[in-house]
Amino acid sequence: MDLSLKIWRQKNKNEKGSMQDYSIKNIEPDMSFLEMLDVLNQQLISGGEEPVAFDHDCREGICGSCSLVINGAPHGPHKSTTTCQLHMRKFKSGDTIYIEPFRGSAFPIIKDLIVDRSSFDRIQQAGGYVSVNTSGNTVDANATPIPKPNADEAFKSAACIGCGACVAACKNSSAMLFVGAKVSQYAQLPQGKVERTERVKNMVVQMDKEGFGNCTNTGACEAHCPKEISLDNIVKLNREYLNSKIK
Amino acid sequence: MALSGIFLMIFLLQHLAINLTSLIPDNGETFNTISHFMGYNPIVQFVLQPILIFGVCFHFVMGFILEYQNRKARVQKYILHKTRSSWISRNMIISGLVILAFLILHFDDFWLPEINDKYINPVLPDPEKYFFHLQEQFYNQTYRTIFYCISFVLLGLHLNHGLASSFQSVGVSSANKHILKVAANVYSITITVGFISIAIFHYFIH
Ligand code: SF4
Ligand code: FES
Repeated sequence: MDLSLKIWRQKNKNEKGSMQDYSIKNIEPDMSFLEMLDVLNQQLISGGEEPVAFDHDCREGICGSCSLVINGAPHGPHKSTTTCQLHMRKFKSGDTIYIEPFRGSAFPIIKDLIVDRSSFDRIQQAGGYVSVNTSGNTVDANATPIPKPNADEAFKSAACIGCGACVAACKNSSAMLFVGAKVSQYAQLPQGKVERTERVKNMVVQMDKEGFGNCTNTGACEAHCPKEISLDNIVKLNREYLNSKIK
Repeated sequence: MALSGIFLMIFLLQHLAINLTSLIPDNGETFNTISHFMGYNPIVQFVLQPILIFGVCFHFVMGFILEYQNRKARVQKYILHKTRSSWISRNMIISGLVILAFLILHFDDFWLPEINDKYINPVLPDPEKYFFHLQEQFYNQTYRTIFYCISFVLLGLHLNHGLASSFQSVGVSSANKHILKVAANVYSITITVGFISIAIFHYFIH
């Protein structure tokens, strides 16, 4: 496959970026999208040019590191797929592919296609955990009986890999789906119920502090989430938040 | 935003119900009776009307604040952004602005004359005037009727997204998502078709 690529290049956080054109030849349809970028980078390095910086780690859809807005869609055109699991067979030879970073004021660009998603870490640190005493007598979480429907629901929410595609897809750069998934995951479990009031309050305060936008229920987050985290999580977040205000 | 939206949606239903009485072939008697009651009942005038005006203003102001905050959340825009979401859900501000323009015209058409008759150049209450005034505004008034109809279509789209969205925002279970979607469709179509039929009816029939 021969492709034309338009890639966002930006030296660092402070400098202005722009789209640059590249062409690449002989790409195998079975390559992953990131492998195609590896080939491009080899080509750039051989030509004495600066390679394109992009985030990746596991390359199997579980770490949430890979990002990229491909042809206008976070994680590309294929539903329920992370960028690292997207294959070149989804494109045609001769295609022009636009590659941009996830954009949002709370996700500042570090370089090229890499953005700083530490705002998500700070939201997690604000309440996305269950406090336990780890002095040696910690009870195994599995020793607590949990009704199957609750366990299933919690598991569905826990599938969120914290990639940030929901923010990238949302016209408001809202992080409600991510925060909703984290809050609902714990709210379903007996261990998480103890701190549920403080958790939701603190996580929402931190989310607002980071500069994410407000949810207007466009549903773009759910449609682009590679882990199919449902909008239900936002409804549950709203409910948890209202309850925490009443209490 | 959601709560004021829900309040305004309830108001719109009663507004439509009253306006539909103008289609009854009784020479506007029912419409006049209800309109006169609404215009002179002290609870409606001095309790409900201020609440309504506050609700409308609050909804618009909150809408602008929300839009401002949301634009600030992505200063650098995408070169290409094609997300899987409906046009209306992404452009509530556009439909909202059309509705605002419509409201200004609508106030000028119906509310300001009423305020004038009551407080600025007071005249004796005339319980027969409402139906006549309604006919006057629409009969053969092509531009006004077209603008009203376009506004009703955008209002319907705004409500279609707004209804489902506002219930989600107040945490109503999304186990009822399909019911919400159906309710949003039924409600928005009823409001749009209802108001358009009234405008067109009075455009053609005197
Ligand atoms: S909700 Fe989905 S899109 Fe958002 S961070 Fe989690 S996995 Fe990524
Ligand atoms: S690289 Fe880990 S999810 Fe894509």
